[in-house]
Amino acid sequence: MKPLALLVPDALTATAVPVQAENSWVKAFESLEVFGVPVGIFAIPAIPLVFIALYALYVGVYGERKVSAFMQDRIGPNETGKWGLLQTIADILKLIQKEDIVPIAADKPLFVLGPLIIFVGAFAAYAVLPFSSEFIGADLNVGVFYAVSIVSVEAVGILMCGWGSNNKWSLFGAVRSVAQVVSYEIPASIAILVGVMMAGSLSMQKIVMSQSGELGILHYAVFQSPVAWIAMIIYFIAALAECNRAPFDIPEAESELVSGYFTEYGGMKFAMIFLAEYASMFMTSVILSVLFLGGWNSPLPNIGGVALNDWTSGPVWGAFWIILKGFFFVIVMMWVRWTFPRFRVDQLMYLCWKVLTPIALLIFVFAAVWELYVR
Amino acid sequence: MENFDFGVFAYQAIFYLFAILIVVSAAMVVFVRSIIYSAFSLLFTLFGISAMYVYLSADFVAVTQIVVYVGGILILLLFGVMLTNKITQERLLTDVFNLVPSLLIMLAILGSLLYTFLFRAKWHTGEQRTTTVVEPIGYEVITNYVLPFEIVSILLFVALIGAAYIARSDSKVSASK
Repeated sequence: MKPLALLVPDALTATAVPVQAENSWVKAFESLEVFGVPVGIFAIPAIPLVFIALYALYVGVYGERKVSAFMQDRIGPNETGKWGLLQTIADILKLIQKEDIVPIAADKPLFVLGPLIIFVGAFAAYAVLPFSSEFIGADLNVGVFYAVSIVSVEAVGILMCGWGSNNKWSLFGAVRSVAQVVSYEIPASIAILVGVMMAGSLSMQKIVMSQSGELGILHYAVFQSPVAWIAMIIYFIAALAECNRAPFDIPEAESELVSGYFTEYGGMKFAMIFLAEYASMFMTSVILSVLFLGGWNSPLPNIGGVALNDWTSGPVWGAFWIILKGFFFVIVMMWVRWTFPRFRVDQLMYLCWKVLTPIALLIFVFAAVWELYVR
Repeated sequence: MENFDFGVFAYQAIFYLFAILIVVSAAMVVFVRSIIYSAFSLLFTLFGISAMYVYLSADFVAVTQIVVYVGGILILLLFGVMLTNKITQERLLTDVFNLVPSLLIMLAILGSLLYTFLFRAKWHTGEQRTTTVVEPIGYEVITNYVLPFEIVSILLFVALIGAAYIARSDSKVSASK
């Protein structure tokens, strides 16, 4: 296949039958060789990495500042560059130049390894995120399951940071964070299972394909079952907790723990932890959109001759839609952060074990019955 | 260099990379004196073993390995080590006791395992699986193995209730405070 042909959306040739994901971009990358060395293999993981860096700079840091400024009736960064657009670049340059400090009482190997493990845990899930019908790092048969499981590597990294810093705030933050991540994995997993049950597959691409059709948004899983929207909200709440975002930011709780498990970190190690936080925010947003909001499918319907769905489908459009949906939920997470106060630890556990988990279980049973006998 | 296939080379190189990771980190678990380092190097061992499952095209088992061992057991272990370390206020170190008997037992086990692997085992090279294993596992669990499955789930349920009962604050004690 010609490389140029890949970049042109075949929107006009797209048909009303459900789109088949062929991962042709990935296959093209795999066969890309320079002097017998398959550089394409290395390009496939590099693309999400570059994407995370750009997204964390502009949607993450800059977006968060602008959103918080808007919420608090301020202007936000506006001095450096047009609309303050160069502010994040200046921040990154500052972080790179900073001295790499390791506290003398810290446990050096763990202190250095911790941020790396956290970032690896967050980034590894990007292997199964379907960025388009033609691009997914690895279309695993157990894709969703893998994405849920790999988050636990992040928890080990957080414990490493907290222990390695040799600081009581760090250790408290790490223990709180891991307790929270492990607890909220349960309602999150049950909510994910509802989505998986509706699609009948664990493969990310198959889940997305099961939601495509010419009526656009009406084929999305959230409208296919009367309880799917509850599962979606439960997953969103659990995702906030798993990313340690406010109102579940008790692991960093500035007013009591300085800044939790990354109190002692500075420079690029701090940047790495923050990159991982933004990376997992986008990751959970994409998983949410894949499970319940149609992934890379266009939300627009075909209305008679006005084939909006056909015109806005195709590989490049797919990438556009999924990134748009991901960014939307990232912005919603920021909105929530600047709106709600922080939970107490007991309220957090109450919400998880006495509210979300029972509701998720009930929904799970109801969704199973609905799938078997109604749909 | 004519027959050099980068794909095969990379495949094997990654395999040996993970093999070295498993062996080195497992050796660290045993030989490092600080118990917290042992616990953390277990992360690499367990993760490497799940990579081995991937090489055996057992994707479901590989992911389950991460969920159960890294997400569950390892974190529980780390919590245990951290909390006991903080409470007793003294560094927990591992040490070598009973060198000769343990060495003898180790050599005996190693010898019998190697003997079985090399001379007794009937190695059978199966075809590489290309289809998913998730659906067969689901069918088998609900049909042929439904009784063991239910027994395990009841066992886990009882364990959960027991854990909740133990963790629960004693209402009499908290009332007297």
